[in-house]
Amino acid sequence: MNPARITGALRSPVTFSVLAGVLIGALFLVGTGADPITAYEAVLTGALGADGIGSTLTTTTSVLGMALALAIPLRARLINLGGDGQMVLGGITAAVTGLYSPLPAPLTVVLALLAGMAAGAAYATLAALCENHLGVPLLVSSLLLSYPAVSLASYLARYPLKEPGSSLPQTRAMPDGVELPSFGDSTVTVGLVLVAVAAAAYCFTDRRTAVGYEIRMTGLNARFSAYAGVERRGLTLKLMSVSGALAGLVGAIGVLSFPYRFVDGSLTAPGYTWTGLTAALLAMAAPIGTVISSFFFAVLQVGGLAMERTTEVPRELTQVLQAIVIVFLAARLRFPGRWFDRRKEAV
Amino acid sequence: MFFDSDLLMSALRALTPILLAALGGAICERAGVFNIGLEGMMLMGCFTAVATSWFTGSPWLGVLAAALAAAGYSLILAVGAVTLRGDAVVLGVAMNLLAVGLTGFLLRTVFGVQGTFDDPSLAGLPLIGGFTPLTYLSWAAVAVAAVLLSRHVWGLRLRGVGEAPDAAATLGVSPVRYKYGAILVSGVLCGLAGAQLALGNVTLFTENMTAGRGWIAVVAVMLGRAAPVGVLLAALLFGLAEAAGFRLQGLGLPQQATDAAPYVVTLGALFLTTARRRRRIRPSGAAS
Repeated sequence: MNPARITGALRSPVTFSVLAGVLIGALFLVGTGADPITAYEAVLTGALGADGIGSTLTTTTSVLGMALALAIPLRARLINLGGDGQMVLGGITAAVTGLYSPLPAPLTVVLALLAGMAAGAAYATLAALCENHLGVPLLVSSLLLSYPAVSLASYLARYPLKEPGSSLPQTRAMPDGVELPSFGDSTVTVGLVLVAVAAAAYCFTDRRTAVGYEIRMTGLNARFSAYAGVERRGLTLKLMSVSGALAGLVGAIGVLSFPYRFVDGSLTAPGYTWTGLTAALLAMAAPIGTVISSFFFAVLQVGGLAMERTTEVPRELTQVLQAIVIVFLAARLRFPGRWFDRRKEAV
Repeated sequence: MFFDSDLLMSALRALTPILLAALGGAICERAGVFNIGLEGMMLMGCFTAVATSWFTGSPWLGVLAAALAAAGYSLILAVGAVTLRGDAVVLGVAMNLLAVGLTGFLLRTVFGVQGTFDDPSLAGLPLIGGFTPLTYLSWAAVAVAAVLLSRHVWGLRLRGVGEAPDAAATLGVSPVRYKYGAILVSGVLCGLAGAQLALGNVTLFTENMTAGRGWIAVVAVMLGRAAPVGVLLAALLFGLAEAAGFRLQGLGLPQQATDAAPYVVTLGALFLTTARRRRRIRPSGAAS
């Protein structure tokens, strides 16, 4: 990297937003009577230490999966807010497939993953069709469609598919062997590899293929790319189906990993969809950046628990931090030098 | 009987928070600011209302504080989108996320509880004729907004700022000032919506208690084409769906089905109206 690129990176709005988030977070910590340095140390050691790294990588699997699901349409400036619904439908479909498939266990796992992806893709496509044919903005249709999907999955897990005799709203456990292999005795599963492959495929598509170029052009200037022959409706449909498939995959991975069943609320409660969206926005949907920011937010999420244990500061602080970063980024604040340049341009 | 006066009453109660928030959204829309941070502003209002009512013992101070807090919170959108010309959609999404985190954080630091703060000595709003004063206020607000937007010079200037900011600026109307005003008014209205939700419909605070109502309000703005009376009708539809959902639950339908009802009805209405509108537009050949 040459010096110009380094100063460019330092002055970028991303660096500014992250620093601002960390600083404001420190003010919150001081406000609650905690020592910010101790607290941030607890976040880092808790998330990256020997006890926490497994948990961080498991969280990274879900966060990165959802971040990719949201980044791919975001690259073309389409915002898919229906991640929760698509993920949960993927999860419940994978659970049904896992429980009732007559195939041998290893094939059932593959089938369950594919079924989860198909369910997520189908549901996301529905939102795209709403925009294409009914003129409802994707942002709104995808989000509103998400609520009935979450309710449906919750109903299935509480009534028809409920584990007999259990007091918890959950399905029966997957049959023997219907699970994603994990690494050693950690909770990290092959799911991480699947998500990493998806990230690599996105990176390749973005940089080296015509489709990736069309997507980026649409994101930069939708009218120009339409003039140049990119068919917007088809692109929306394609991007949303890929996005939904990834969200469905995250749901399926969740079901095929510990506790090897669909538990109502366990996929939506940690807020993977929103953390993923935050990560995708922070990276402006660039492939490598999405991977880095997803890992960053997974560290925050897991480290937040460690911080809560050592300093008694609520872990919700990490959610506040994430949102502050995006508020600053959205306002496109930059370091003064750049900022004044931009204002001069505007005059 | 399924449709009776009780159903209408509970529909009108369910409609109040949506209506207040949607009016705020409509005013922003007319000023040319797409405000999808309604959900977050409402949630800030909910928490402030509960916290203030708890510490002062007065629900009225709670309402006042909620309006002020949400207005202060709306400054993020005003500064970010108007002054710094940031992306209003991303800002709105971030504001909704920030509100969830911030209220959850404050709930634990101020009250030391997680999930729900529910105390018998927390003072809620009094009922007059079965409704809180905020419900009557929301109806009055519809009338005032309708008159202001169609008759008063402020309303005409506001619409001018939204439709042709350059022309408005040439006539000496400051677009920035009007946009700030519209966003702050939407903040006040969302704060009142939050107060109604947390001190009127129930008397407690739960994490993420707005549960998508702010988004329904965004849809109500679209359905009602950002006109106060249209927004009222759209919000009424949602209120009816929510009340009917509760009624069905009483008849033995699972809670999940009734939870989903308002969203399904809202989506259905959105599809029908936009489809009709598009059919009307299409013959002129203007495809966007």
